[in-house]
Amino acid sequence: MSTFQIDFGGAPSKVVGIDLGTTNSLVAYMDLTGPRILGSIVPSVVAVRADGSFAVGEEARTLLLTAPDRAVYSAKRLMGRGVDDIQEELKLFPFHVSGGSESVIRLQVADKTMTPPEVGAQVLRKLKEQAEAELGEPISQAVVTVPAYFNDAQRQATKDAGRIAGLEVLRLVNEPTAAALAYGLDKRNEGTIAVYDLGGGTFDISILKLHDGIFEVLATNGDTHLGGDDIDNLLIRIALEDIASEWGHDVSGDQEAVQLLRRNVISAKEQLSFIPQTIIALDYQGRHYQRELTRELLEKLITPIVDRTLGPCRACLKDAGLAVEQIDEVVLVGGSTRIPLVRQAVRNLFKAEPHTELNPDEVVALGAAVQAGVLAGDVADTLLLDVTPLSLGIETMGGVVAKLIHRNSTIPASVTEQFTTSIDGQRNVLIHVLQGERELVKDCRSLARFELKDLPPLPAGLARIEVKFMIDANGILQVTARDARSGQETTVEVKPSYGLTDEQVEAMIMESITHAEEDFRERQVREARVEADNMLLAIEKAKQNDAWFALPEAEREEATRALNELLMVYHSDDHHLILAHIEKLNQATMSLAENMMNTAVQGALRGTKID
Amino acid sequence: MQYFEVLGLAPRLTLDLKDLEKRFYAKSRELHPDRFARAPQAEQQRALELSSLLNDAYRTLREPVARAEYVLKNSGFDIGEQRSKDVPAELLEEVFELNMALEEADRPQIEAAGVRFEKLRAEIDQELATRFGQWDHAAESGTLAQIRGLLNRRRYIENLLRDVNVHLSN
Ligand SMILES: Nc1ncnc2c1ncn2[C@@H]1O[C@H](COP(=O)(O)OP(=O)(O)O)[C@@H](O)[C@H]1O
Ligand SMILES: [Mg+2]
Repeated sequence: MSTFQIDFGGAPSKVVGIDLGTTNSLVAYMDLTGPRILGSIVPSVVAVRADGSFAVGEEARTLLLTAPDRAVYSAKRLMGRGVDDIQEELKLFPFHVSGGSESVIRLQVADKTMTPPEVGAQVLRKLKEQAEAELGEPISQAVVTVPAYFNDAQRQATKDAGRIAGLEVLRLVNEPTAAALAYGLDKRNEGTIAVYDLGGGTFDISILKLHDGIFEVLATNGDTHLGGDDIDNLLIRIALEDIASEWGHDVSGDQEAVQLLRRNVISAKEQLSFIPQTIIALDYQGRHYQRELTRELLEKLITPIVDRTLGPCRACLKDAGLAVEQIDEVVLVGGSTRIPLVRQAVRNLFKAEPHTELNPDEVVALGAAVQAGVLAGDVADTLLLDVTPLSLGIETMGGVVAKLIHRNSTIPASVTEQFTTSIDGQRNVLIHVLQGERELVKDCRSLARFELKDLPPLPAGLARIEVKFMIDANGILQVTARDARSGQETTVEVKPSYGLTDEQVEAMIMESITHAEEDFRERQVREARVEADNMLLAIEKAKQNDAWFALPEAEREEATRALNELLMVYHSDDHHLILAHIEKLNQATMSLAENMMNTAVQGALRGTKID
Repeated sequence: MQYFEVLGLAPRLTLDLKDLEKRFYAKSRELHPDRFARAPQAEQQRALELSSLLNDAYRTLREPVARAEYVLKNSGFDIGEQRSKDVPAELLEEVFELNMALEEADRPQIEAAGVRFEKLRAEIDQELATRFGQWDHAAESGTLAQIRGLLNRRRYIENLLRDVNVHLSN
């Protein structure tokens, strides 16, 4: 515990902005010259090396090709979800889910079990290191972006990932809103803009009103399972069928072949954004497959996927109370908006030429850095007013959801409800909180259950408990309760339906500290051995020197003993022991060193005379 | 009434929306949690409470119907959902005709009903505006009672219009 208080307290340190993407992640920082990316883009892939240590980013992406069962990618798709939610993903992604995954998914990666927040934490830690290397100081606070359409559990899971990585997440910011911040900086002061964000795994659409530095989100919509991944999976499926008929055997069960094909399919897809035709190829176990793919055919294949983005766009316009003509500008974000067909779809829908000036890969991280600047107090005039993407409600009689806070309400938002008892003397009231737009409990997402406990025993209906539901600026639910008769706070113990408990997160933080300690100890041992190496080498040399033979017998023996002892402790794991014996050898060879020094000086003096 | 207070307003049923927005933005700059991200915990909590109150207030007051309901509720009126069988007497005929049309899936008739309901709603809104002005001038409970009656009718018509639109979009 105290370790963290030390970390987070003290003088204001720098706050970075992080885009923790499904496919790629980046970290950025805003100084007086504006926001800039720190280090390079990090593929959101985590792998376990043969020695059990973690590889993150490019190295992990390479490992994914040769040892697919040692690597995870697209883990953001699993953030804050339960095993029932991900049956669809399991068909398409090589996720190995292990037992006990009901409320938090546990992935099997090589011999380790990891939850999605822990995978995210690995990526965040890598970004943190990159930022620290460039900024030259420890970083402990960050703004992290999430898809606007993320629900409460997905947001909480992202925050947990930060905590596990040793980062206090000062604010979660919606990705399209962050993009608008990056764009709005030196652009127009007034107007209505739409941000269309199609990345690898998620789609978001947000409509914002800009007014004098205030970015007011009017409405947001999206699909947390729609993006470039879906295009990849479609092309992979087609190619696999093609290969099966050509080679006469199906390789779809072979992860190595599938991962190779996946990489080639992605590269073909990305090329087709710039050239009219290319090939999809697979060289595997001496066999060769090759198929030509034209942009025209690709467009035919992906039209249904691109069209799936249009419904949310229309719904968003409707919720914002705007007609298409009232949108002044459209901003494109996310790698998949490089696809010409996507651009055309956006152009057709919004009847406007979309903005693409900023690199769609970087714009979200840049915006996160702007928001980090706002929170650090460095950016004065900018203020973000965001909304909650989903309605919040509670279960009432007959499995029906009563909406308390409607979607697209500006956050923080709150509502206070009165509850009472239905039986005489009832001491507890159970409340079930849900998120979603549907009418029935079974069609909404269960967020949490909590119990109002230890109510005074009263006749039915007399108790008056006021429960305040608050969605904070991160889009995360907080619940407080009060006995309206006594004015006393009531205990509320919220049990999230999905996600890690506080204790689990704490345990993961402890584990990462333990690992950090292990790493640190190991480094100390290595350093001690390096020092011992130098010492041993020097003595080895000295033994050739006249000074060694000039030593009294006893001293030579003593030095030899110290030398042997150092050799004996050399392989121990205790750096103190190694260092102690280095010191002992040092003492034992003190006069030897002095003698050698003198000889050297004499030699040097003689040398000058000769010259 | 808290919602008016937090925006620096006296309770009024007629509001200038431009002015309301200006106040909302100015107050947001002052109270939003982003301004207190590194303040002590207690201050952060206070910012959270105040800015959620501000947001709740703005969301309610910018909609005339929600605004009127808020004033009614804070003046001791019960604004609970009206049960669907309580058809306002003057609408009985209309509702009967609509039900016929819906049953027979008679599109032209349904469309015609839709147009009539929209006209009725516009009339109610007109009258509401007048009553709002009246209450702002002299805050009398009798005016509020009239407003509640109008709101009930309006809600009823809204529900009918929803039925109409559901049928027309199918
Ligand atoms: N030139 C391109 N043409 C088509 N798709 C592209 C192109 N460049 C990148 N992508 C796709 O964009 C997606 C990654 O976008 P990104 O915004 O980084 O996603 P995320 O935010 O989900 O991490 C991937 O599916 C990638 O294949
Ligand atoms: Mg993204």
